[in-house]
Amino acid sequence: MAIEKLKEKLTVSESPHIRSGQTTQGIMLDVVIALIPALIAGVLIFGYRAAVLAAVCVSASVIFEWLWCKIVKKPSSVGDFSAVVTGLLLALNLPVTMPFWMAIIGALFAIVVVKQFFGGVGHNFMNPALAARAFLLTSWAQPMTTWVAPFSKVSLFGNADAVSMATPLSIIKEGGGELPSYMDMFLGKIGGCVGEVSTLALLLGAIYLLAKRVIDLKIPASYILTTAVMVFVFGGDEGLFSGDVLRHLLSGGLVLAAFFMATDYVTTPYTPKGQIIFGIGCGLLTSIIRLWGGYPEGASYSILLMNVMAPLIDRFTVPKKFGFVYSAKGGKKDA
Amino acid sequence: MTKLSLNWLRQKLGMNKVLTFTGGIHPDDMKKRTERKKIEDFEPKGELVFPLGQHIGAPAKVCVSVGDRVLAGQKVGEADSFVSANIHSSVSGTVVAIEERPHPSGNKVMSVVIENDGLDEWHPGMKKYTFDEVTPQEIINAVREAGIVGMGGAAFPTHVKLSPPEGKKIKYVIINGAECEPYLTSDHREMLENPDEIIAGLKLTMKLFGLTEGYIAIETNKPDAIKVMTEHANREKDFKIKVVAVKTKYPQGSEKHLIKAVTGLSVPSGKLPMDVGAMVNNIDSCAAIARAVFDGKPLTRRIVTVSGDAVENPKNFRVPIGTSFSQLIEACGGLKKPTSKLIMGGPMMGMALSSADVPVIKGSSALLAFSEEMVPERTEKSCLRCGKCVAGCPMNLLPNMLKEAVCANDLEKLSKLNIMDCIQCGSCTYVCPAEQNPLRYIRTGKTKIREASK
Repeated sequence: MAIEKLKEKLTVSESPHIRSGQTTQGIMLDVVIALIPALIAGVLIFGYRAAVLAAVCVSASVIFEWLWCKIVKKPSSVGDFSAVVTGLLLALNLPVTMPFWMAIIGALFAIVVVKQFFGGVGHNFMNPALAARAFLLTSWAQPMTTWVAPFSKVSLFGNADAVSMATPLSIIKEGGGELPSYMDMFLGKIGGCVGEVSTLALLLGAIYLLAKRVIDLKIPASYILTTAVMVFVFGGDEGLFSGDVLRHLLSGGLVLAAFFMATDYVTTPYTPKGQIIFGIGCGLLTSIIRLWGGYPEGASYSILLMNVMAPLIDRFTVPKKFGFVYSAKGGKKDA
Repeated sequence: MTKLSLNWLRQKLGMNKVLTFTGGIHPDDMKKRTERKKIEDFEPKGELVFPLGQHIGAPAKVCVSVGDRVLAGQKVGEADSFVSANIHSSVSGTVVAIEERPHPSGNKVMSVVIENDGLDEWHPGMKKYTFDEVTPQEIINAVREAGIVGMGGAAFPTHVKLSPPEGKKIKYVIINGAECEPYLTSDHREMLENPDEIIAGLKLTMKLFGLTEGYIAIETNKPDAIKVMTEHANREKDFKIKVVAVKTKYPQGSEKHLIKAVTGLSVPSGKLPMDVGAMVNNIDSCAAIARAVFDGKPLTRRIVTVSGDAVENPKNFRVPIGTSFSQLIEACGGLKKPTSKLIMGGPMMGMALSSADVPVIKGSSALLAFSEEMVPERTEKSCLRCGKCVAGCPMNLLPNMLKEAVCANDLEKLSKLNIMDCIQCGSCTYVCPAEQNPLRYIRTGKTKIREASK
């Protein structure tokens, strides 16, 4: 019996016949959307050069990605927007005065060395944007740690007559300056990298990612909680249990790192338990570096170190299969 | 152990309202289109095809010949081994052929073809019992004679489930009203329209095992069914029937996961539900037990949801088994969009059909028609290591690693990763943002392991 509109050749494929609709491209686009508030905050606080810096980093990343695929003759992966995310994250992790050519070298390092040398999206073992930030920090320490005061005029070439200012974390560490108020820190009226200053803007983006189920709270919550506990216990001037938790949470790149970089799928564990261990590890390392290390900020190094541990964490946190039984002797046994 | 005591604690605290398991996914349930539509009795025309293999186990043996006149409810295929099921004609008419015909599985299967005479004359049927006089053995015999199988899709003969070997005591009888597959509303409608038969079937099962307590598990997306079933369950004086709300989550209706949610017990890997003293039965199969014992009627009808984005007017039908799917599509006003996929069963575990001219069989819970938009070409992208498949796997396996091991043809690793525990629910493939299909590789891996162990 012929039925109208029934195709002569039906698709006979195996189950399941439906998909969630979430795609790599969609996820990357969501991350870009979630970073926009932080970028806008950066532009409002540090001026239009922040936007130009972001444009430079994003276009450099995309061009390097495209060029590399061209050179090694593999299908172009520009369409998945992962290079856009890397470029944007890199820009948000730089001071607004960063010379453009250095930013471009950062993008080259992130895309070509960290990502493509290891096989492209899904195969890199470190977060490309953070690895590039670490690379730039070791190569050009001075421009990477030049901070300008909020709302000072920064010219296009960066070497402005802007008022320099220490970040809250370096004030905590090295003294020399007055700590800003909690409200200023929450809104972002402090010195720092383009995208890390405004906790408010970052939280808006984080809520968006959580609502779209791009990320869940396992890593960010365990990361931030661990840092909070460590800082509270060991971070105070008046002995144990006197640390100023709020100041530490609102300063530096902690919120940016916890929600946007420690949650990078590729470089973090895939087991649920492993993700919590990863978050705790990041929190421990971040607070150790902040409290006792040589740098005022430790978020990026701690994530990079934990990135390297991710495969190992996965190996030791394989979930127990459903219906797994322990034998009476306590040893494990497959029923 | 910890999980078990946690469950005990929850029950003590009265927090056991919505029960579930860990893992699983949340697809859009798409049930709105048919959940308010009353079941319509479908009257088939022309030829009906009864494949002799509609169940797990040995195919039935033909017991009619070409030219015979058969009545509705008359046996046309006889089970000749324990794990098999009888096949009955669902209409009165004449046997016009006994030959290989296309089966929903895509193969050709020996089938009895009956031309419907439209008179709907019924065979006198089997012996009828009353609840008080029927013995356990008589219940099992009636179920076996009626050809009842699990009607959720797998079609495992119910009489086998009802006869556990010596020494296995069944303590929990659970009727599965989860219906966790999207689109499907056949069990939902059955619960709303025939609660008495379901309760009667459950009571028979409880009597069979000497129990006074039984469970009906329903997902929270069917509050009306929970209400109706609770009302009917509370009318029972001698039996304590608990209607439990389970979380709306796929695959909540999986046997092992339903047992976990309701009792807190995990069926050990490689074992059967009876090993933890549990038995799960489908809603429609449960009602069929009551019809077989009290009315002497064999299994000849089932409820089929016809839905999907390409169907003009989605409906629920009570369909005589053997009816061609194409007649059901026409009874729904035909198709409104060019259709490129037909699915028998749910979209997660159902079977894609190669033609609409195949018969409704005992395990056909639905017919879904999907337009081209629902069946796009997909190219696999690189794994992002996002872990969504790991978090979604209800068996707590690592689908991403299984896929890699299959590609590397590493059979030893596949066994270590417990590939044979996979229930093929498709959650991993559903959630994968890189549009990979880990389940496809896992199926290949399972075949390889089976071949290697031969």
